[in-house]
Amino acid sequence: MSKLHLNQLQIKACRDSAEEIASQVQSFIDEHTTVSVERSILRLLGVDGINDFGVPLVNVVVDHIKNNADLSLGICHYMSYAIHDLKSSPQEISNSISESKLSLSNYKNSAESPYLSDLTPYFEETLITIDKMRALRKEWIERTPFKTTPNKYVIVATGNIYEDIKQAVSAAKRGAEIIAVIRSTGQSLLDYVPFGATTEGFGGTYATQENFRLMRKALDEVSLGEDRYIKLVNYASGLCMPEIVAMGAIERLDMMLNDSLYGIIFRDINMKRTFIDQYFSRVLSAYSNIMINTGEDNYLTTSDAIEHAHTVLASQFINEQFAKKAFMDESLMGLGHAFEINPEIENSFLYELAQAEMSREIFPNAPLKYMPPTKHMTGDIFKGNIQNTLFNIAAVTSSQSIHLLGMMTEAIHTPFMSDRAIALDNATYIEKAFKDFGNEISYRPDGIIVSRAYEVLKNAQELLLEISKEGLFKTLEKGTFAGISRHENGGKGLEGVIKKHKHYQNPVIDYFIKSLKEENHA
Amino acid sequence: MPNKKHLIRPYGDTLNDGKVQISFSLPVPCDALGEEAAKQTALKMGIHNPAVVHSSPLSDSFSFYIVYGTVEHQIDTNALHVVEVDSESMSKEEVEQYIEENFNAPLVFIGASTGTDAHTVGIDAIMNMKGYNGNYGLERYKGIEAFNLGGQVDNETLLEKAIEYQADVILISQTVTQKDIHVQNLTSFIELLEAENKRDQFIVIIGGARINHGLAKELGYDAGFGSKKYAFDVASFAVQALKKKQVKIKLHK
Repeated sequence: MSKLHLNQLQIKACRDSAEEIASQVQSFIDEHTTVSVERSILRLLGVDGINDFGVPLVNVVVDHIKNNADLSLGICHYMSYAIHDLKSSPQEISNSISESKLSLSNYKNSAESPYLSDLTPYFEETLITIDKMRALRKEWIERTPFKTTPNKYVIVATGNIYEDIKQAVSAAKRGAEIIAVIRSTGQSLLDYVPFGATTEGFGGTYATQENFRLMRKALDEVSLGEDRYIKLVNYASGLCMPEIVAMGAIERLDMMLNDSLYGIIFRDINMKRTFIDQYFSRVLSAYSNIMINTGEDNYLTTSDAIEHAHTVLASQFINEQFAKKAFMDESLMGLGHAFEINPEIENSFLYELAQAEMSREIFPNAPLKYMPPTKHMTGDIFKGNIQNTLFNIAAVTSSQSIHLLGMMTEAIHTPFMSDRAIALDNATYIEKAFKDFGNEISYRPDGIIVSRAYEVLKNAQELLLEISKEGLFKTLEKGTFAGISRHENGGKGLEGVIKKHKHYQNPVIDYFIKSLKEENHA
Repeated sequence: MPNKKHLIRPYGDTLNDGKVQISFSLPVPCDALGEEAAKQTALKMGIHNPAVVHSSPLSDSFSFYIVYGTVEHQIDTNALHVVEVDSESMSKEEVEQYIEENFNAPLVFIGASTGTDAHTVGIDAIMNMKGYNGNYGLERYKGIEAFNLGGQVDNETLLEKAIEYQADVILISQTVTQKDIHVQNLTSFIELLEAENKRDQFIVIIGGARINHGLAKELGYDAGFGSKKYAFDVASFAVQALKKKQVKIKLHK
């Protein structure tokens, strides 16, 4: 039953426009691949490790093809020929390329590869791992007591994976249900994934496969002790977006931040590059049952939360359609929004509640990710704790799914262990005290909350219609989101975009899509 | 290993980072000078790199500050001593059984919140039927006669009533205290007992959020209980102390 009396025709109009927007971009995506997509395929074929200079072998191999042959045929073209001719594994072939003992450039002129099935045993080995991880996660989630209130999510960010583990364990035992390890500043702009366990990062810890493994292991131990599953989150964003999903699928991450629009706007990543990367990432996430988190909430960190609320909603619609194009189930779409209205504004809580309830009603099956106040947090930690309390009330009342807890020291430092404990205690209290509050109340049809939701939806509808006419690339150039303008040929990573050859082959993504289509039918 | 040092520092997000968070008010206006004074206060406390992250005026001539910084002081936890109540803690039922087995008459407990302290939350939590947090109070214990005199009872009245009721145990609660007035008040009760030559007649126990066993012993009491202690903790200590003292002891055949 709609609490906000939203107009279903308006919602449908929004979805239609968003579908049109996503389709336009999708036809571009389908014609292209990127260096990071090709590197992800190598990872899924079991290629791992680094050379003497610390460069990942997947980068060595893809660069080798890009510089000496023609990457537009896809890495599978070269690998399948090499496996067939040399009777070696992708890892061995990569090692030989790295040691300059082998060149694959002669396959540049070979016919469309007839040996794709030679890749199967290597790909299957990874698939078995991913399937095992999916099954294990499912088993754990079924074993975890069901709750109707939001899942409490906290971030650790010390830069040192071993210190992160201490903090994550402390938070999990204090009631956190989801732990995210925030990445080191600037990792999104690295066109390779660092290797091994890392102990030095800035404002966060490097996302590496070994760090994923270490944290997952620590959280599995806590899960056992607490008899409830603790979910692990990392960031599949930036230039290595699809590779990080591949690593996450193998190491059983449960959620990944995954949003091109965020990278384009806030990290100045080239839009063509990241839309292609995002598609592959989301297909792989969909297959691996990894929930994505989108980053619309960030628009409000630079734009005014009252005036630009509709841009968040419009972006949620677009992200939903991009996820659908990647065959993702709605239950994996962690669409983002935030509690960022200036606390000095009269009735600010009512506007926040309107936005939160509206997102909940429009995306009833999506595990919405609700972000805490950040922009209006100050050094006054006591007031900050109250701002977080109001945020927690809005989160529980409007049944958000992923409840990213606010830190009272948001404006001061990356959280101390004790800051996180205070945040968890606050959220746990509100979760209990307001458990069924949302079911008890209704909103006046002519009141402030309902009118506000109507206004935001109407503005989003107009904006989506405009974007569908102009196209997403032009919209981004205009600075519609977060007031930041990006050009379609600007930003980082454009050189990694390659138009597919007519003989381009990628049996890996074909397999995922086939499975997802079958699953959706089943 | 008694000689091995175990040195610790406050922990923010990295071992040994020494991070601390403090807040206080200063009797100066909230301006640049006030902020500098806040910083200097922190420096004199031995806090390095103090950052005043928040300041706000409390009035024209008072201001409030929140400061973060680091301390270099280390504490060797192996060199620390804490005094804890060493009697065994028993459940309500176990205490009742213990009384049944060891004493020949009901044990009399008298309690009050003394001096200017009007808060009876503490003494009520220990003595009243209902108790606190699911733990029944002494009034509900079989074998115990409990008399709760309430709040703002002066030391002389407490002693008078203890004699009148022939109490075995005196409980004193100090809930909210300012400027350490509780210490003076507790000291004068012990002095009163000694002046009247009654110290040995009672087991005397104090309790309250800012009380601990170490302080109680220092002031001359038998025991002290801080927060998170319930009726069964107090009763467990008292019955064992009374047995040791051979009060109302049941003679076994």
